[in-house]
Amino acid sequence: MSILKQREALLALAILLLIGLVATRFPAFVAPGSLVNVFNDTSPLILLAIGQMIVILTKCIDLSVAANLALCGMVAALMNGAGVPLPLILVAAIALGAALGAVNGLLVWKLGIPSIVVTLGTMTIYRGVIFLMTNGAWVNAHQMTDDFKALPRAVILGLPVMSWVTLAAIALFTVLLTRTPLGRSFYAVGGNPHAAVYTGINVGRTQCLAFMISGGLAGLTGYLWVARYAVAYVDIADGFELSVVAACVIGGVAIAGGAGSIAGAVLGALFLGVINNALPVVGISPFWQMAISGSAIVVAVCFNAAQSRTSGRIILKPQEVAR
Amino acid sequence: MNPVLSLRGISKSFPGVKALQDVQLDLYAGQVTALIGENGAGKSTIVKVLTGIYQPEEGTITIDGTPTRFATAQDAARAGVTAIHQETVLFDELSVAENIWLGHAPRTRLGLIDRRAMHDGAKRLLTSIGATLDPDLRLGDLGIASKHLVAIARALSTDARVVILDEPTAALSHKEIHELYDLVETLKAQGKAILFISHKFDEVFRIADRYTVFRDGQFVGEGAMADATEGQLVQMMVGRSVDQIFPPRSHNIGAPVLTVAGYSHPTEFADINFTLHKGEILGFYGLVGAGRSEVMQALFGITKPSKGAVRIDGQVRVIRSTHEAIAAGIVYVPEDRGRQGAIRGLPIFQNVTLPSLTRTSRSGFLRLAEEFRLSRDYTQRLDLRASSLDQELGLLSGGNQQKVVIAKWLATKPRVIILDEPTKGIDIGSKAAVHEFMAELAAEGLAVIMVSSEIPEVLGMSDRVIVMREGRIIDEVTGDRMTPETLVRAAAGIAEAA
Repeated sequence: MSILKQREALLALAILLLIGLVATRFPAFVAPGSLVNVFNDTSPLILLAIGQMIVILTKCIDLSVAANLALCGMVAALMNGAGVPLPLILVAAIALGAALGAVNGLLVWKLGIPSIVVTLGTMTIYRGVIFLMTNGAWVNAHQMTDDFKALPRAVILGLPVMSWVTLAAIALFTVLLTRTPLGRSFYAVGGNPHAAVYTGINVGRTQCLAFMISGGLAGLTGYLWVARYAVAYVDIADGFELSVVAACVIGGVAIAGGAGSIAGAVLGALFLGVINNALPVVGISPFWQMAISGSAIVVAVCFNAAQSRTSGRIILKPQEVAR
Repeated sequence: MNPVLSLRGISKSFPGVKALQDVQLDLYAGQVTALIGENGAGKSTIVKVLTGIYQPEEGTITIDGTPTRFATAQDAARAGVTAIHQETVLFDELSVAENIWLGHAPRTRLGLIDRRAMHDGAKRLLTSIGATLDPDLRLGDLGIASKHLVAIARALSTDARVVILDEPTAALSHKEIHELYDLVETLKAQGKAILFISHKFDEVFRIADRYTVFRDGQFVGEGAMADATEGQLVQMMVGRSVDQIFPPRSHNIGAPVLTVAGYSHPTEFADINFTLHKGEILGFYGLVGAGRSEVMQALFGITKPSKGAVRIDGQVRVIRSTHEAIAAGIVYVPEDRGRQGAIRGLPIFQNVTLPSLTRTSRSGFLRLAEEFRLSRDYTQRLDLRASSLDQELGLLSGGNQQKVVIAKWLATKPRVIILDEPTKGIDIGSKAAVHEFMAELAAEGLAVIMVSSEIPEVLGMSDRVIVMREGRIIDEVTGDRMTPETLVRAAAGIAEAA
């Protein structure tokens, strides 16, 4: 446990260092308002990374999150056009997202198909459904009501609602993972699925619940995304699922399952968010941004590998180790 | 006649276990030598020494009078030793010919694989053992018996002189077994030295020329099959002395707790009936693969039986999942603890409380203090050695991991605890602790089922022993009949001596 915490501290330090470096050339970047903007910009990535982290924890992966986001966002926009009240739209977006997640989860649970294959398929299907619903047409800003667009941007106590939603999700899922039996069973299922079965845990059901959480968060983010950017079309958040997985990996979530924390996933997402927001400010080309994000992933994976090597069984007595 | 291959003074140990101690073995050209011994006698270890997978600490391996060393599996293969295992180690996606020649395929002048030579060579080898398989078939489309033929053809393709057959009949049908016997005759006629490992006495008497008996990793005796009787071999296998010391038992047996009636599974077991009482330790003995673990897994809700009823305290309980089994008061400590018992990445206390979380949490939230209290209670009783309950389970020794797994189940306050090979692979000290603890549990009124393949343990710990063979209960042994001979005869299907 202490190694994990240390790792998260290291990541936080790396983020601060990055911000500090940028600040030497562009001091305005560290102004509170600017940092709030970075956090707000990174919110969709954080929300999806939380869901993805739980799915990865159970030895699965959800590649359909971005497509799920786009579909739920489109449905939210269409419901808005049909005059459905905003609270109902919010509930519907989360419910639809969770239902799409349940489709993934049920295929993994009941048919035993590897999650990477299932979600690779549903990723394309969900985008296809958007096209079928709209014939590829866009829903633009003038077709959305003002309150629909205003909610994510509304500022409460100095923070936009989108940021508050993200903070609430971080708190909620930290409690879920560390303080409830369901959270514990996510770790058990990923740590050793066979042993989990023998312990009376229904592995498939637990994995399905993880997919539903990931899907529900994607649905919520779908509304936030469409409302914030005031546009919905087939290809929004295209390829975003890879950034989400990257955030988890950088945050120390073990891709083999069973290890990781919400804090890690959030820090991983923030790391990517800072790179994406800070580097353009200092005038570094987008290609270098990609190279830096990529290097961060490789470094994180090397770090994970080194860690699992040192955590092997200690056979030598301490004095023999010292020699 | 001089042996082709000869082992002398071979010893091999693993942490806490002496797997082989000063054993010897001779194999002769054109003869079948049967290696006989109980589970855990060291048969698989000697096969691994012969095939270069394990290196013995002491002893010599001599081939045709020249001492050699097998540092790697390749060395053994080059020296002409080859093994055919229970589950053949071949590649389903490759063709028969490719499987036969993998790693030493004939080459063309350009250094490429010569497919024609490979095909023809495979055909020739298969014909020489009387098989009519098409070398171009995909291996995965063949049955187990045909796969054995391919494995043997592969062995012959390397000019093997010593062929080890490790329980080759375990997965074969009656007809296929007879074909295998014919094949062994063919190999004998070709002058191969054959080591035949089997649990089954009828097979051994049918095809072996000589026998070697191991017991507890030691050489007991050898001789010509023609001079041996079943009685003598059983005697040699089980020995006379029970040298382990078992804790005293209270034998305070109470009312029936678990009654199993007419329990059957389509493929694994049939017509299982038994009653387990409060305070009793009921032993389940049988050869590996007799269906004991399968019955226990069905009782624990892992597999679904097709027929039969389970009663706990006279009430019929339907068990469709492990969750329902735990709720009914049945818990199962599996044999393969690394895979099925321990979650090595989680801390000790989280492993212990995993099935008891509904009891340690309040209104849906975990209470860590309560979890620590529960795990401390049970791990202390088992004398667990760990620096802290927050330590990762994977950092503990095997014996201590075993204690954590047992603590986990006791913490659910079960009525019935099923221990599958509870002392397999743990050191002597931990073994004694587990035995003592089992006696304590029974004395406290828990009903215990112990599945074990170790005869001393079964006899030393059980009040009664049920013997299974081929998925059925063959015998229930109590009182004066609880002797090693009775168990071995029942398990192997040999009539009792008059």
